Amino acid sequence: MPKPHGGKLINRILEEKDRKKAAETATDLEKVEISLATATDTENIAKGVFSPLEGFMNLEELENVLNHKRLPNDIPWTMPIVLDVQEEKAKNLKEGDEVALYFQNKPLAFMHLEQKYKFDKEELAKKTFGTLDTAHPGVAKTKEMGNYLLAGKIDLINEPKGPYDRYKLSPMETRILFKEKGWKTIVGFQTRNPPHLGHEYVQKTALAFLDGVFINPVIGRKKKGDFTDEVILETYDVLIENYYLKDKAVMSILPFEMRYAGPREAIFHAIVRKNFGCTHFIVGRDHAGVGSYYAPYEAQELFEEFPDLGIAPLFFKSFFHCKKCGGVTNEKACPHSEKDHISFSGTEIRDMLSRGEMPPKELMRPEVSQVIVKHPNPFVE
Amino acid sequence: MKERRKKFTTVSIPTPLFKKIEERIKDTGFTSVSSYVTYVLREIVAEEEEKTEEPFTKEDEERVKARLRALGYID
Repeated sequence: MPKPHGGKLINRILEEKDRKKAAETATDLEKVEISLATATDTENIAKGVFSPLEGFMNLEELENVLNHKRLPNDIPWTMPIVLDVQEEKAKNLKEGDEVALYFQNKPLAFMHLEQKYKFDKEELAKKTFGTLDTAHPGVAKTKEMGNYLLAGKIDLINEPKGPYDRYKLSPMETRILFKEKGWKTIVGFQTRNPPHLGHEYVQKTALAFLDGVFINPVIGRKKKGDFTDEVILETYDVLIENYYLKDKAVMSILPFEMRYAGPREAIFHAIVRKNFGCTHFIVGRDHAGVGSYYAPYEAQELFEEFPDLGIAPLFFKSFFHCKKCGGVTNEKACPHSEKDHISFSGTEIRDMLSRGEMPPKELMRPEVSQVIVKHPNPFVE
Repeated sequence: MKERRKKFTTVSIPTPLFKKIEERIKDTGFTSVSSYVTYVLREIVAEEEEKTEEPFTKEDEERVKARLRALGYID
C-alpha cells in the first residue's frame, strides 16, 4: 500500500473526551460561518483525505500550487484549498488568534489563524481552471469569493452528519479495510454518475490485473441536471450486488464539491485516492472537466509532469458498444467503423432516463436503469 | 500574487553528461537539462520515500475493524 501523500496520514480530529469542552470554548471565539464546500474541505483535512495538508493554505502554499503545481516542500499538489471571508469579517480577525469555524450555526472546527491575506481572484481562476470565462462553474464561484483568505491549521470538533454516513470511510478505515481483504494493489475509481457499461468495463479491465477496486463517488453540491447522490449510491449498490465479486469491490463516498478544474483536479483526485490507500487510479476522457474547456485527454497528459506522485494512473480511451464485436470495446481494440458503434453518451443516456425510458442493455444494466427510472426524483433540480 | 522567494538553486554536473542530456531531450517534452534532471531526481527520491510502515496502530486497527464489521464491509 502506498504511503500517504507527503509521508504522514493527517489526523486533526479532536478526541471524543475533549469535544464537549471544545464546543463550549468555541462560543467565546471569533466566529466564522463557512459554506458546505468549506465544511467538507475542513472534514477532509481533519481526516487525512487531503494529507499532507493540516489546514487551509497560506500565501506561499497558494503561490506554489498555482505556479508550480506543488507545495513549497516540492510535494505535488494542484488544487488551491483555501478559506475565503469578506473584508468586514477579516477586519475582526487577528493573526495568531484561535477562530471558531461554524457550519449551520454549530461549531465545526477551530482554526489557528496563521495568516490572513488578500488574493488575486483572476489569477487564481486563470491558473486553476485555465480560463476566465464566468460560464465555467469554478470561475463563477471564484468571482463570488470574499476578498481575503484565512490560513492555518484546523482541529475538527464535530464531524458533520449526513444522510449517507454509512457509506463514509476515512483513509485510515479504507487502509485497514484493504489490508483486511488482503489487497495489495487497489485501483481507485472517481465518479459522479450512475454506472453504465463503459464504467463497468473500465473497472473490470483494471480488476483483471489488480486485487480490488475502490469505487469512490463524489457526494455534495452538484450542477442542475446531475444525478442525485441517492441515485448514484443505489445504482452502484445494485451493480456491485449483481455483477461484481463480493471481495473485489468496495464503495465509499467522498464528500467534496467538484471544482471542474479538469487536468489539475484529476491529479488532485489521484492524490486523494492515494491517501485512501489506492496504488492505481483510473483516468478517463475529460476527467473532472465541464463543457469544452479542456481537451479530451488533457488530464491524462498532465500526469507526465509528476514522476513522484506515488500512485499509478491508468489511462483509458472512451469505450463504446460495437455491434460487430458484440460487446464493449474501444478504438484501441475494435477494427470496425463508427456506424457499428453505440457510444456511452452520458447526455443521451440521461435524456432517455429523464423520459422514463430504459436505455438499451448494451449501454446500461437493466437493474441499474430500473433504479433510476423508478426513482421519484433522480436529477438535481 | 507574485512569488517573493527564489524557488530554485544550482547544482553542478559534468559537462559531457550535460551535453548527453541535451542530445537526449531533443524532440521531447523537456525544455531544458534542468527540467529533465529535476524530473529524474524527483522520481528517484519518491521511490525511496515510499518504503515505510503503515500509518496506524494496532488499537486503531481493532477499533476500525469493529466499525467496518458493523457497516457490513467485512465479516
